[in-house]
Amino acid sequence: MERLEARPHIAAQRTSVVVWMALVFMTALLVFISRTYHEALSVAAMLTITPLKAGLVFYYFMHLKYESVELKSMVFVTLALLTLLIAFIFLDLSYR
Amino acid sequence: MSTIAGESHATHKDYEGAKLGMWLFLFTEIVLFGGLFLLYSAYRAQYPLDFHNGGQQLNVATGVINTIVLLTSSLTMALAVTATQKGSRHLAVRYLAATIVLGFVFLVNKYFEWSAEIGHGIYPNSPELLLRPNGEKLFFGLYYSMTGLHGLHVIAGVITLSVMLVFVVRNTVTSVDSVKLENAGLYWHLVDVIWIFLLPLFYLAA
Repeated sequence: MERLEARPHIAAQRTSVVVWMALVFMTALLVFISRTYHEALSVAAMLTITPLKAGLVFYYFMHLKYESVELKSMVFVTLALLTLLIAFIFLDLSYR
Repeated sequence: MSTIAGESHATHKDYEGAKLGMWLFLFTEIVLFGGLFLLYSAYRAQYPLDFHNGGQQLNVATGVINTIVLLTSSLTMALAVTATQKGSRHLAVRYLAATIVLGFVFLVNKYFEWSAEIGHGIYPNSPELLLRPNGEKLFFGLYYSMTGLHGLHVIAGVITLSVMLVFVVRNTVTSVDSVKLENAGLYWHLVDVIWIFLLPLFYLAA
């Protein structure tokens, strides 16, 4: 006999398809903006659209939406630390 | 788990623990690639023009096609997990097989892309690359390291998903106990997330 302590949340197929469509659309938008060769706009698009795409994958495909607050916090802290490290690198470089 | 004599043997499965263990492993992967992203950021800030020129020599179309391939493979992976949890084994097998095929498509595209670049004499320590400015050498060094490491992860993912396919076919992974497949899916999605960041850094930042 097998006993499972908890059951996973079953994500709707429709949700996955909608998320995929959003990801493809955002990729197309990112490529389009980068081809305009407008530097400020391209950088802004990369810094917003790319984390947003990653967030969608984390939240829906990786089921973070349905996970506990503890796990969500652990993921947040890991990503926040990495972002902080990158920010410190640029802080250091910009004052050299 | 020890049992009292006369009782049926109970297999204890800790679903939350299995998921947490996988996430802890994924954190180490995030830190691994995060270190390389840090290195890229520092060198890009130091050699902006060389990185710009390096990026212009990459094939944007191949990078974008591979992005769509991996995003679609993430969709089929998510659908495979949902199908398994709902008990639709045949559907789960099809979605898993599609994910594996898309993983292969990504690797084949990568093979042709690298072949073209190596054919142009651009590879680490090549005579052609040694003539280029230091920033371009660093750009292509990071390009081969990061996309190469990512490619190894895709290969590991394809192998893991192939094992999962066997598990689903043999009913080892079922709607009652699907945590192995869910964890394999988490790994595959993280591989996709890493590529989501590699696309703008190498292909679009020119």
